[in-house]
Amino acid sequence: MLELRGIHKTYEGQPLLRGVSFTVAAGETVCLLGASGSGKSTLLRIVAGLERAEAGQVLWDGEDLAPIPAHLRNFGLVFQDYALFPHLTVAGNVAFGLRMRNLPRHEIRTRVAAALEQVKMGAFASRPVGDLSGGEQQRVALARALATRPRLLMFDEPLGALDRALRDHLLEELRGILHASGIPAIYVTHDQDEAFAIADQLALLHEGVIVQQGAPEQVCAHPVSAWAAEFLGLGNILAGKWLGEGRVETALGVVEAACETAAGRGASVALLIRPERVKMGGNGSRLKGRVSDVLFQKNGYRVTLENGLFFFAHVPPQVGQEIVFSVEVECLATESPS
Amino acid sequence: MKKLSILLSSFFFLLAACTPQGPAEQAMLAPATLTVMTHDSFAVSEDVARAFEQAQNVKVTFLASGDTGAALNKAILSKEAPLADVFYGVDNTFLSRALEAGIFEPYSSPALAGIPAEFQLDPSNSLLPVDYGDVCINYDKAWFAERNLPVPQSLEDLLNPELNGLLVVENPATSSPGLAFLLATVAHFGDPGYLDFWADLRDNGLVVVGDWETAYYTNFSASSGHGEQPMVVSYGSSPPAEVIFAETELEDAPTASVIGPDTCFRQIEFVGILKGTRNRALAEKFVDFMLSQTFQEDLPLQMFVFPVNPQAQLPEAFVKFAQIPSQPARLDPAVIAANREAWIAAWTETVVR
Amino acid sequence: MAQGNALGAARGSASASKIAHLQSQIQLRLLLWLPPLAFLGLFFFYPLARILVTTFDPAALTPDNFHITFSALRFTVYQATLSTLLTLLLGLPAAWLFARFEFPGKSLLRALTAVPFLLPTVVVAAGFNALLGPRGLASFLFPLSSFQFSNTLTAILTAHVFYNTTIVIRIVGSALAQRDLRLEQAARSLGADGARVWLHVILPGLRPSLLAAGTLVFLFDFTSFGVILLLGGPAFATLEVETYIQALHMLNLPLAGLLSAVQLTCTLALSALYTRTAARMRVQANPRAVFESARPPRKGSEKLFVTGLVALLALFFVLPMLALPLRSISRLEAARGERSSVQFALSGEYYRELFINRRGSLFYVPPIRAALNSLGYAGLTVALSLLLGFPAASALARPGELERWLDPFLMLPLGASAVTLGLGFIITFNRPLLPENGPLNTGHWKLLASPWLVPLAHTIVALPFVIRTLQPALASIPERLRDAAASLGASPVRAWLAVDWPIVWRASLSAGTFAFTVSLGEFGATALLARPEYPTIPVAIYRFLSQPGGLNYGQAMAMATLLMALATLGILLIERLRAPRGGEL
Repeated sequence: MLELRGIHKTYEGQPLLRGVSFTVAAGETVCLLGASGSGKSTLLRIVAGLERAEAGQVLWDGEDLAPIPAHLRNFGLVFQDYALFPHLTVAGNVAFGLRMRNLPRHEIRTRVAAALEQVKMGAFASRPVGDLSGGEQQRVALARALATRPRLLMFDEPLGALDRALRDHLLEELRGILHASGIPAIYVTHDQDEAFAIADQLALLHEGVIVQQGAPEQVCAHPVSAWAAEFLGLGNILAGKWLGEGRVETALGVVEAACETAAGRGASVALLIRPERVKMGGNGSRLKGRVSDVLFQKNGYRVTLENGLFFFAHVPPQVGQEIVFSVEVECLATESPS
Repeated sequence: MKKLSILLSSFFFLLAACTPQGPAEQAMLAPATLTVMTHDSFAVSEDVARAFEQAQNVKVTFLASGDTGAALNKAILSKEAPLADVFYGVDNTFLSRALEAGIFEPYSSPALAGIPAEFQLDPSNSLLPVDYGDVCINYDKAWFAERNLPVPQSLEDLLNPELNGLLVVENPATSSPGLAFLLATVAHFGDPGYLDFWADLRDNGLVVVGDWETAYYTNFSASSGHGEQPMVVSYGSSPPAEVIFAETELEDAPTASVIGPDTCFRQIEFVGILKGTRNRALAEKFVDFMLSQTFQEDLPLQMFVFPVNPQAQLPEAFVKFAQIPSQPARLDPAVIAANREAWIAAWTETVVR
Repeated sequence: MAQGNALGAARGSASASKIAHLQSQIQLRLLLWLPPLAFLGLFFFYPLARILVTTFDPAALTPDNFHITFSALRFTVYQATLSTLLTLLLGLPAAWLFARFEFPGKSLLRALTAVPFLLPTVVVAAGFNALLGPRGLASFLFPLSSFQFSNTLTAILTAHVFYNTTIVIRIVGSALAQRDLRLEQAARSLGADGARVWLHVILPGLRPSLLAAGTLVFLFDFTSFGVILLLGGPAFATLEVETYIQALHMLNLPLAGLLSAVQLTCTLALSALYTRTAARMRVQANPRAVFESARPPRKGSEKLFVTGLVALLALFFVLPMLALPLRSISRLEAARGERSSVQFALSGEYYRELFINRRGSLFYVPPIRAALNSLGYAGLTVALSLLLGFPAASALARPGELERWLDPFLMLPLGASAVTLGLGFIITFNRPLLPENGPLNTGHWKLLASPWLVPLAHTIVALPFVIRTLQPALASIPERLRDAAASLGASPVRAWLAVDWPIVWRASLSAGTFAFTVSLGEFGATALLARPEYPTIPVAIYRFLSQPGGLNYGQAMAMATLLMALATLGILLIERLRAPRGGEL
């Protein structure tokens, strides 16, 4: 449905977006994940028509949106700070987009009520928005965007200002609402937990380009680079030296890895060791390390070794204890610096 | 409350400390101070004023207080604690009002002996005449010459249809020459005859503006403003002023006055000693000084008025270019005081509304 | 309390400290209110009350007088309403232009729009006449459209727009620059086109500033004096003009007092209405709001808007004023009293002549001295009005019951007739302020005879502006930010410097600009109160214009040019002092 092709944008003389391309399919929520300042919000505003790209195209069902101004695109946008109109009530805010479409008054009333019910804010209709808490304001902002039945919804770090419990709760609701309505969405965040909780597709924005797009499980299983693996928090990233014949020399010692590298012996490679793939005392490569820290977390213990490696264990070792363990190592592309 | 009083007193102490002259020590060492209250058109040559100060060992301070009406009001309202010793600038339209307010002390100056009786309108000598000026219609000489139009010689001539839209006057409610010209018409046509004249004048395209500055500089064609009307209510002394203050030297005045019978109204300005002065002797000296030949000869070029003292020599430009009407319009100050408001109100009804 | 159990004692001391806190709050408020109220009380309310009481006369309450008062009131309200609407009509796009776009000559044009505010009416009339008068530029360009400008309602309205647009540009402009850009983006993404974004988002957001600017403009038009008298002509009289006529030309003080009282009552009612409406509209600013900085026009429609409006402003504001400097260097050649054929020649003669005391007058003042007098009075006015306005604005920024009650009274100086107040001053300050034998002996020194009275009078007029400009800025200071600074270890002083100061500094600059212009251009009170030895530039201009002769006229134009140059320079300088970008929040 939505397709971005080679979007370029500079900001104060510095290239910010350098040819961004990705697609959003019908009914799909794409989570655009990138570090702060990577240009995610700018990209959203370009899609919304609020800013103009210097090069590239935004297409909807194959049609170039360039000549269509923001107010005719029918894309909903939800801001981090909600951007509710302070001079209007809750219902007035939700009705705004409907009034702009010159809908009959009774239809506005029913659709406002429905949208507020959808976000469980029906009881607040006549309240001024200044009285609401952050979470309540975000619900109103969502209802305002939903009420116009946009063909695309865009979220710009919508939950960034809320506490964790509320965020998890709202994410769940939002996912339900998005799936129920079938509206495709772009969700921008820098928080990978949030991304995994909502995304049908992940798109990783790094240094002005989309470095990877795919289903979350696929992106997780095959991170395209060391940066992607680290940014997604997949585990330990190690630098290593290729010794050939499936062997790599690392700070932990020599490990086995199936790197498909064309480079010769001595070339540097990046490795990923997922914490769940570290086994204490199991079979495989016999590696040694001293425990430097043990931290209880909800589902077990996080064990950190003096060589920096971390993993999870159900039975915690003692701090200072010398342990033996085995690892499964994946080879990563190195073109992105970590 | 204590804080407030401390704050206030320190504030005023500061104010007092910053005044240029420390009044307390000045009283002992420096010459006495004489304060003269006047309107803001007052002017005097520096050397003339200094000569008086030196002769009398006195420092004269002038308080300018707006136009004639404002200055007089200021004097009346502050009569319980007078701000000044001498007041100059009451004219004959305000004379009765000023005398009724009882703010002046009589002083029969010996200098009055040389002043013609026609100027001495106050028999009690509380207010003594200093100067006079005639409010006349000024006209643009070149304008009339070019068009070969006859210059009006009387008030009635102004109704000539050929002069439609050519006269600008000031509103008598807001302007002193405007009021003077209204009084001239009252003197000539009587009450209520003057209103018929004004109605006819209005129908003949009369232009009315708020003040002399606008009338002269915006509307009058012979002034530097180059307006549309070749006739304006101004002063008999305006033609010599045009020569004296010309951009390039002029051999003749570009304007002249209409000096037919009753076309001009004579304004006389008076000086008086304010009741309650602590410097009666010095105040008398100052009044004498204003009537003296020195001051009287300084008057024309400073304020563009004529001296009441017949001994005073007029400057050359005045002799050459100023015309003095032989038959100016006159009204008794008491009649003016009694009817002023009614005349202005009736005029406004007739001409403006 | 000391004998109670531990919990009770703790609770007791907590409430005691709360009371102590409350008390110190009240004390702080009183301390803030003391200077401005003491000042206004002594120099405004007391003289005003005295003159109204002195002139009150039941005999003045006649049907005739009520008729005069009512018809003056009707016209006053009528012309002020029309003028205010027209001023907003021009001021709003102009404010948008200055807040939104960068273009060459922007700061100069912005400063120039403020200059009319301080030009004497006579000079403005001369400028307009040069442009629109019978022999003006307009009649030269459109020879068929011979129309009468002065003595019409059009002249009054045009002059009011000319004078007061700067108020809208400044007050609404700063609100426009502070508005939250994301609200507009949200509106556009919800389907609002440009016009509807304006109507439904930007305008509602501007309501408080529009209300403040509109109220100030309305009050200025409501109490308009010179424009009505000189440009409107005798057919029009506002309450202020009628008061002047009755007090100074009819010497009918009881009627003047009645007119003054009606005008004051209207002003007070209007200010009270403003305060109540403004309180309802107060919207907490979002500290994370996204602001937009001015940029050059990009789209074709933007370029058209900028070019068109700049041209219009230049035409309307610069051309009439340009007539003065042009006239001040052009000499009319005239020989033998014939002045019908006009020939122009350039000349610096009028400026040279300014430095010559031709008549040897005692009251001659060189232009530099007049300029220094003007600047001195203006400087004192700026200092005094900021000093007094700042505490009042701080108290008003977080209004309590006391503030809501006091607020309307602070606007009252704008509604007081200069004539009435002047007469009030006379009966109040014509005697020594302190007992002559008291500990602070000031001898015979009387405030009324002192040059100090001029900046005091100017401060009274400037104070409502200063307070109205400072108050919204002080109210917008996010308290959370100050708390954050404190939690990061900043002492109260350093927290104030880091958080409040940048905002306070900018607001003080615009407030100071208002005080500066009010003082520089003020004539009425100055003429009534100034000593002839210390004339200001406007007083000097009137002195020249009160005598016939081309030289006097030329010197008046030269003096007016000097005033304009001084004002433009002053405003440009003050605006240069704006905090650097990094200091903004």
